[in-house]
Amino acid sequence: MAFAPFLIPLTALALSLLLFGGFVSLAGANALEVYHSIYRGAFGTWFSWQNTLVSAAPLMLTALCTALPARLGLIVIGGEGAVVLGGLAAALTGLALIEANPWVALFGMALAAMLAGGLLIGLVGWLRHSRNVNETISSLLFNYISIAILSFLVIGVLRDPETLNKPSTHHIGETHMLGALGESSIHWGFGFGLIACLLLWILYKRTVFGFAVDMVGGNARAARLSGLPVGRIVFLVCLMGGAAAGLAGMVEVAAVHGRANTSLNAGYGYEGILIAFAARHHPLAIVPMAILFGGIRAAGSLMQRDHDLPDATSLVLQGMIFILLLASEAVFAHLARKRGGAA
Amino acid sequence: MSNLALEAINVSKRFGELRALDRVSLKLAKGGIHALLGENGAGKSTLVKCIVGFYTPDEGEVLLGERQQTIANPRDAHDLGIGMVYQHFTLIPNMTVLENLVLARPHLPAVIDWKKERRAIGERMARMPFQLPLDASVNHLAAGEKQKLEIVKQLLLDVKVLILDEPTSVLTPDEADEVLGRIRDMTRESGLSVLIITHKFREVMTYADDVTVLRRGKHAGSARVSDVDVKGLAEMMVGSEFSQTALAREAVAEQPVKLDIAGLSVEDDSGMSAIHALSLKVKAGEIVGIAGVSGNGQRELVEVLAGQRPSAGGEIRVMGEVYAGRRRDLLRHGFHCLPEEPLRNASVARMSVAENLAFRRFDQAPFSVGGFLRRGAMAVAAARAIVDFKVRPPTPDTPIGDLSGGNVQRAILARELGERQGRPMNVLVVANPCFGLDFTAVAEIHGRIMAARNAGAAVLLVSEDLDEILELSDRIHVMSAGRLVYETTPQAAEPIVIGRHMAGHGGENHVH
Repeated sequence: MAFAPFLIPLTALALSLLLFGGFVSLAGANALEVYHSIYRGAFGTWFSWQNTLVSAAPLMLTALCTALPARLGLIVIGGEGAVVLGGLAAALTGLALIEANPWVALFGMALAAMLAGGLLIGLVGWLRHSRNVNETISSLLFNYISIAILSFLVIGVLRDPETLNKPSTHHIGETHMLGALGESSIHWGFGFGLIACLLLWILYKRTVFGFAVDMVGGNARAARLSGLPVGRIVFLVCLMGGAAAGLAGMVEVAAVHGRANTSLNAGYGYEGILIAFAARHHPLAIVPMAILFGGIRAAGSLMQRDHDLPDATSLVLQGMIFILLLASEAVFAHLARKRGGAA
Repeated sequence: MSNLALEAINVSKRFGELRALDRVSLKLAKGGIHALLGENGAGKSTLVKCIVGFYTPDEGEVLLGERQQTIANPRDAHDLGIGMVYQHFTLIPNMTVLENLVLARPHLPAVIDWKKERRAIGERMARMPFQLPLDASVNHLAAGEKQKLEIVKQLLLDVKVLILDEPTSVLTPDEADEVLGRIRDMTRESGLSVLIITHKFREVMTYADDVTVLRRGKHAGSARVSDVDVKGLAEMMVGSEFSQTALAREAVAEQPVKLDIAGLSVEDDSGMSAIHALSLKVKAGEIVGIAGVSGNGQRELVEVLAGQRPSAGGEIRVMGEVYAGRRRDLLRHGFHCLPEEPLRNASVARMSVAENLAFRRFDQAPFSVGGFLRRGAMAVAAARAIVDFKVRPPTPDTPIGDLSGGNVQRAILARELGERQGRPMNVLVVANPCFGLDFTAVAEIHGRIMAARNAGAAVLLVSEDLDEILELSDRIHVMSAGRLVYETTPQAAEPIVIGRHMAGHGGENHVH
């Protein structure tokens, strides 16, 4: 069954496309033409590929925010909050270092963003470990708190008076923006995402720390018997997950908007949860999943424009893929159990 | 008229490559106790599960009172009057005894008339071999009472054939005698037929009328118990391999204290005091046994030593230094622990056998270098340990959760008692190491614990099996209600006195 890991997601993908075709037909569009639009908008041209990869960049990082703690058996959904706080911290640091060398400024922004996001999710892990507060609920609530803090600050003391329609902080300066990869419009955030997924995969697969995480996630009692500092490991893993999502916030500020504003809570954090689950929390599988979902995001406007479909149509497709992926996984696991017998 | 209650003829069952049962037959007479004896993995549970329809046999048939019956699932078995008490409790913990008894019935009305049920069950309970408080919550019942409740639950369903899977493994010796004695009386009075899975010879010899022995999935022999002796049964059970080696207890000169527990207090999960100011010293080359009925603080004691539970006061010193169960100290001091229920306490089910074997040393060379794992080195070490401790199946890559209970225990033993690359073992804490294991495995484990003692380890043995404590210990403490209430030596020990202290009736100096 070496091909099973690919067979399951591909089957689910095919099924969800079929189902989605039915849905758009009901909405009055031609399913085949919609498929074609999605393909064109997401992967059809170099231009659409660039859009796709730009969308995928923050998704890879926010998916890690759910995928890393999942190895410990924690379901953290606080990526959105970590993106927001990370972006805010990055903007503030960028403004503080506006006179500094661009490299120093960018490094400072990344560090501040990772620290802000990391501490937020680290707090979630700490609350879970030492106070037994459910991590899913607390991370969800921290999302609201983080968004409220952002709004409070950008509408209030941090507001650049020139931003009328969308209250934002001052601009961090064009020279301090994160550049593109070569001649493309794909910014360095995509590189960050790739590197983060690869490094964390190596960390989990090959290192002593990853082994300890497996022990804690598999059976905390056995981990304690072996003298592992369970609380510290829970905190560190959550910190890393939050740092990844925080970095996504920095990327959005430094490479896209140049300022912190409510565009930071554009749903990257929530979509990252879907991607993490769809990738079964495997850091490397997150990359293709993020590109797929990034493509759907990128193709959304084309669907809207060419077929007169509502804005939320791409969300419907995302939802279908997500549910069918999870359902097919459950079905396959059930089949595998049956075949394995009751031994 | 036949005098058979149930007959299984040439039943076979395979799981993949493994022939769990190979044409096994069994005749269960009406009105008697039939013991099904065999080592771990001999196929006892598989046979019984085929009889009650939990498994479908690959070949063979089950006859009930001469008629062939197709038992496709446990509900069929139930309708035919076969009841089974499993090794693990199947009670609903936060419901009362009455509620559990009523809910066990297969066809319940939509609305339950509790008043009527209570009266009916109350009346029938009076004629049962065991009386249980109907309104007690199952949470608050001791293990022995839960076991009795499981049996009563089946009896109230009017079963004609009752199957018990190792019913005494959670009971004290006294409780075991009570339960088995009452069941024997019932078979005499009401014609109930009982099939008991066990690997305790004493129970077979004392309570059973007939015995069937399985060995490696095959029928090894059947007999009237009055016609056989223990030696004959043992030979049937293990074949020619049977040999009882006495444990070599070497004389050890006066030695330093390696494990020193001073004034230790511990709270249980609900914050109630489980251990009160317990003090205990264990010297090198000494096995100190802690006897007691389960639930008197032994579990909490082992958990504190294992680093799984914080202490609420007092101090633990290992090799003279304060010990808090940190990894560094664990390795530096050679502290080893074999907790009970190894799958729950000492292993990660979804990690491989090789990985589980590496838990003590995964962050040391040669298992890792510079923070990176060397899985090759782990696999090599695991392959050796698997041979040394006879872990089956002998595949290091299998997730440990797929192994049988006895083999998980062997793997964890290999980790804690096996190769140590020259590091000394100074302290060994062992809790119920032989729970549910057959006697060749028990002899082997006892031998290894004794070897650790002879090599200079301070061994703390916490066990509910008094025979085990008496056999292994140099000194014995009895634990009751979170305190050490009595100390003796195996030579001076009187089982009756120990039993009294275990039950909390130690005498004048023991006042709550």
